Amino acid sequence: MVFNAIFLSILAVIIIASAIYAVAQKDLLYAVIATGVISLILSIYFFVMQAPDVALTEAAIGIALTTIIFVITVRNTSRREDEVPVTKEPDRGDEN
Amino acid sequence: MKKAIVILLLAVVGWALVDAFTHVKFGESRLGDLKNPNTVGAFYLQKTAPELSVANVVTAIVVNYRGFDTLGEVTVLFLAAAGLGSILYRRKEKGAHDTMILKNSSQLLQTGARLIFPAILVLGAYVFIHGHLTPGGGFQGGVIIATGFLLMFMAYKDYHVSHNILTWVESLAGVLFVTVGFWGLIFGGSFLKNTMGTGVLNDLLSGGVIPIVYIAVGFKVAAELTGVLETLLNFKIKK
Repeated sequence: MVFNAIFLSILAVIIIASAIYAVAQKDLLYAVIATGVISLILSIYFFVMQAPDVALTEAAIGIALTTIIFVITVRNTSRREDEVPVTKEPDRGDEN
Repeated sequence: MKKAIVILLLAVVGWALVDAFTHVKFGESRLGDLKNPNTVGAFYLQKTAPELSVANVVTAIVVNYRGFDTLGEVTVLFLAAAGLGSILYRRKEKGAHDTMILKNSSQLLQTGARLIFPAILVLGAYVFIHGHLTPGGGFQGGVIIATGFLLMFMAYKDYHVSHNILTWVESLAGVLFVTVGFWGLIFGGSFLKNTMGTGVLNDLLSGGVIPIVYIAVGFKVAAELTGVLETLLNFKIKK
C-alpha cells in the first residue's frame, strides 16, 4: 500500500514535469515526445485505477498514433517554435 | 492587461471546478445495493452477466445498452478521416507515389518490423475478437492494427496500402454494423436490439451480436486510421 502510494506520487510528479516541459520547450519534436510520456503515464494510471479498457485506448491512441501524427506535422512544418513557419503553398499540382 | 484577464478567467474556472469537486464523495462506494439496484452502475453490474452472458461489463454497456452512441462515435471517426483525406489526398498516376520518406530506414528497423508486424496484427485481432471477454474492443484493436501498419510505413519507403482496399473494408464494416442495427429493429423492435442467443458466459461465441459489432468496428477503425496514416505520410511539401 505504501509502495503503491510512493509509486503513484512519483508518476504524478513526472506527468506534471513533462507537461510543463512540453509547454516550455521550444524544440517541438521534444515537446511532442513529452506529450507521449504524459499519455504513457496516464495509461499506467488508468490501469492501476482498474480501468484496463481506457488504459488500452490511451496506450494505443495517445502514445502511438497521436505522437506519430504530431511528429509528421512537425516534420512537414517547422521544428522550432520561434522559426518562421513554412510559407510556401503545399504542392497541389497545377496551382500557381 | 491581457494577462490579468486571463488569470481572472482561469481563477473563475478553477473556482467553479473546486466548487463542483468538493461535492463529489471520492473514495466512497456510490454504487448502492448490488442486489436491489437503484443506481445505473449497480443495474448494469447486476444485469449484464445473466441477461447477456458478457464477461466484460464495459463492452456490454458500450455495444449493447449504448450501441447507438457507438454508431455515432464510429461516424465521427469516419467523418474525421474522410475530411482529412479530402483535404490531403491527391490522385496520382498509376504506380507513382509521392512520399515524404525519402530513404529506407536502417536494417535493424526493417528486420524488426518484418518480424513483429504479423504479431501486432494478431494482437489487434485478438483484442477486438475477445472484446466481450477481456479488456479492449473494436476501437483498441483497430488502433493496434493501424500502429502495425505504421511500423511498416516507417520501415519501408515503398510500402503502400491500396486506398481502394481500405475503402472497401471500411465501407463493408460500416454496412455490417448498420445491418446488425436494422436486424434488431426488424426482429426485436428497436435499433441494435440484441436478438441472437446469448450463449454461455465466458464462451467466445457469447453475447449475441456484440462480437459481430465489435469485429465490424475493429475492421472499420483499422482501415480508417491506416488510411489516415497513409495519406499523411504521402503528403509532401516542397521546401
